[in-house]
Amino acid sequence: MSFSDILLLMFTAILVENFIFAKFYGCCPFLGVSDKPDTALGMGMAVTFVMTLSGAATYLVYHLLLVPFHLEYLKTVAFILVIAALVQFIEMFLKRFVPALYASLGIYLPLITTNCAVLSAALLAVQNDLNFIGSVAFGFSSALGFTLAIVVFAGVRARLQFAEPPRAFRGFPITLIAAGLLAMAFAGFSGVRL
Amino acid sequence: MKGFLRQLKEGILDHNPTLVQLLGMCPTLATTTSVKNAIGMGLAATVVLIFSNLFISLLRKFIPKEARIAGFIVIISGFVTMVELLMKAFFYSLYQSLGIFIPLIVVNCIILARAEAYASKNKPLPSAVDGLAMGLGFTFALLLVSTVREIVGNGTFLGVSIFGKGYAPALLFVMPAGAFLTLGFVIAGVQKVRAVREERARAQARANEETKEATV
Repeated sequence: MSFSDILLLMFTAILVENFIFAKFYGCCPFLGVSDKPDTALGMGMAVTFVMTLSGAATYLVYHLLLVPFHLEYLKTVAFILVIAALVQFIEMFLKRFVPALYASLGIYLPLITTNCAVLSAALLAVQNDLNFIGSVAFGFSSALGFTLAIVVFAGVRARLQFAEPPRAFRGFPITLIAAGLLAMAFAGFSGVRL
Repeated sequence: MKGFLRQLKEGILDHNPTLVQLLGMCPTLATTTSVKNAIGMGLAATVVLIFSNLFISLLRKFIPKEARIAGFIVIISGFVTMVELLMKAFFYSLYQSLGIFIPLIVVNCIILARAEAYASKNKPLPSAVDGLAMGLGFTFALLLVSTVREIVGNGTFLGVSIFGKGYAPALLFVMPAGAFLTLGFVIAGVQKVRAVREERARAQARANEETKEATV
């Protein structure tokens, strides 16, 4: 993969095929932890951290362990275990060595294991036959797309608190509709084919 | 038998995992572009839910508390892999159209939530029934959303044209934005129904109290 290939891959992953607004990976944390911009940013940073590392780890596990033993069909089980272990490891590492970062990311870390964005980035990287650099870049830029979406949306939701929708729409429904409007804006990128 | 029916009703209506508990949003948004995909996704998740609940319940005394989430995930991902391979063998076109969302059943929060909240605390048989009930509830929600999206966005239901050739489909509804909008309106409808029912129950309770007071 040349440098420009990687740039294109990253641009596509962040805007054109945004994980939330085009692919729906990671909608649970997107809808759950986006009520304040700073918590949203914390979640986005934690996800970026994990997804970049899991891009590297799952690539190594797949190509050094599963492929040589012809166990490709076990990739879902293997990847989710790698991700769970990685999250646990990062949590312990941060707690021990970077307590300040742990204090700000700590509560979001355990949630990431069941964030489908992480698993789908790993599976997609295998499906699209990306090499090591590509796999890491894909994990990193997909996570940036996720962060962009969740932070922008948290800004929208901060405004939403002062709105008065009809009673039945209060809470979750109006949040979904706001997300729909944002998805329309992101649909504008879908014409961009690189 | 009565308990079985009550459990089913709770899973499908009163405690619907998607529409009331608001879990499992990713597949609800992503696989509801057509009714066929939605049914396939719903049933695949139901099968996984039944078996993972059953096995987690059987193993509930052996799984150490500290490592339970990891244990649950391994059990769930094993069944997901089985379902994936079976679908690949017998329902290939459905397998292709659902794509990556089949392996992603592993991280569907409904399944982990039921494992944690129900199967790890209850006997095997009720746990399997709970899996069936929650799975059907999930399927029902997917069916609801996908019916709206396929009819409005494509002018068809299960691939059969409804409005004839003259209908220009509102493409927005099969696009991602339409998924969020449709689900928003469906959940608003559910909240409205629940609010009306609660109001009625409250009025009933008040009326009962008044008659009681009158007799006293």
